[in-house]
Amino acid sequence: MEIPRGRVSAVMGPSGTGKTTLLRLITGQVRADAGSIRVAGASLAELSRDELYALRRRMGMLFQNGALLTDSSVFENVAFPLREHTKLPERVIRQLVLTKLQAVGLRGAAELMPSELSGGMGRRVALARAIVMDPEILIYDEPFAGLDPISMGVILRLIRRLNDALGLTSIVVSHDVHEISSVADVVYLLSGGSVVAQGTPQELNSSRSEIVRQFVGGLADGPVPFHYPAPDYFGELLARDGDH
Amino acid sequence: MFAELWISLTESLVRLGDIVRFLLRVLGQVPRALPRFQLIVDQVYNAGSLSLVIIMLSGLFVGMVLGLQGFELLQRFGSEEALGTAAAIGLVKELGPVVTALLFAGRAGTALASELGLMRATDQLSAMEMMAVDPVRRVVVPRFLGGVIAMPLLAAIFSMIGIYGAQLVGVQIMHVDSGSFWSQMRASVDLKDINEGIVKSCVFGVTCSLIAVYEGYHATPTAEGVGAATTRTVVTSAVVVLFLDYLLTAFFL
Repeated sequence: MEIPRGRVSAVMGPSGTGKTTLLRLITGQVRADAGSIRVAGASLAELSRDELYALRRRMGMLFQNGALLTDSSVFENVAFPLREHTKLPERVIRQLVLTKLQAVGLRGAAELMPSELSGGMGRRVALARAIVMDPEILIYDEPFAGLDPISMGVILRLIRRLNDALGLTSIVVSHDVHEISSVADVVYLLSGGSVVAQGTPQELNSSRSEIVRQFVGGLADGPVPFHYPAPDYFGELLARDGDH
Repeated sequence: MFAELWISLTESLVRLGDIVRFLLRVLGQVPRALPRFQLIVDQVYNAGSLSLVIIMLSGLFVGMVLGLQGFELLQRFGSEEALGTAAAIGLVKELGPVVTALLFAGRAGTALASELGLMRATDQLSAMEMMAVDPVRRVVVPRFLGGVIAMPLLAAIFSMIGIYGAQLVGVQIMHVDSGSFWSQMRASVDLKDINEGIVKSCVFGVTCSLIAVYEGYHATPTAEGVGAATTRTVVTSAVVVLFLDYLLTAFFL
């Protein structure tokens, strides 16, 4: 699997197929049991803790629920990486934070606390925080999960705009087929822990592969079965008590 | 049955090893956390100031009970004047550090564990790691140090208020002579007793804070997981504090 520089790549697949694990591997949160991962030319398995942290400064990640620090305001959340990694004067921090908040349309919410934000707003703040250090790679973990259509549209537009305006490499993990099709340049479809299809959204839409058609069409039964593996139905219904 | 006992024993040992390794990791990050002094001050406030009311109230009542029981006991030997000594020694050496530690585990320890557990459950700790910020340095160390600093101070306040409580009952109500209450206390409580109390409360401070941050940091990221971590914090802290108290008392004899 290769993630092209400067593009929006989508990783799709049914739940429990290893999408989030893939993200954790790319970001070095877990180590690979087998195989290797190279990010920006560096093999993750060979990096020391400090080198890994240096690499992570070049990445931004948007967590599924935003993962904002609940004890600080929106402004302080976005300022957090700057305060931790730089010694910039307060005036510069303020300007940087306000520009990033403006980019996600939430400059007016700077003084609110995370608990006062809606789900979509929280995710936009998290996005502002993810780009405040000007990363080269931006990773989105299920950015649309649980959002209303308007917030979804906002996030979609931001993914595309940020990628093109900041020259990022974006990786989006999601299973919202239609949303992803409108924004991704390349799509990887995972199933059962391996890549079963890849290509542009158009290529995937016209694919003949059964698993791709089941996933893109949202069919209940197919290569991914409707039934969780179970013993014979009638046998189990007719069995007497204590016979399980 | 022996097999089960053996398993639970080895499990406890593994957990102990885990906690010690975590302690070393925390201590290793202390020098890098010290420059952010304000973070530590905030945590001293959280662990210390916010526990003040419960510590002072409990200290007063423990002291009053001590005054009453002590008076009743000493009266049998006709030596009520020794009440000041008895109360002071009991509070400074034992009750102050131990009861403070138990209250601290219940008030500040649970708060620490559930806060860290919720940060884990809501990905805040992972988010920090992704921002190349070590959560141990940024979140755990300040909370640990806050508890370590707050505990001896709280124990001292507890003992002080406790002695006042004993005086309240002994002198004001039971009419022990005020002069001999204070002068006997000053004559027979020496620096060694005070030191024992200080060492104990410092050790308990490290113990309770460490257990709380360990349990919170390693909580299973679910509602039940955070609840279980909080419970384990109180139970483990109480048992370990009482066990260490015995060891330290034996050591100081």
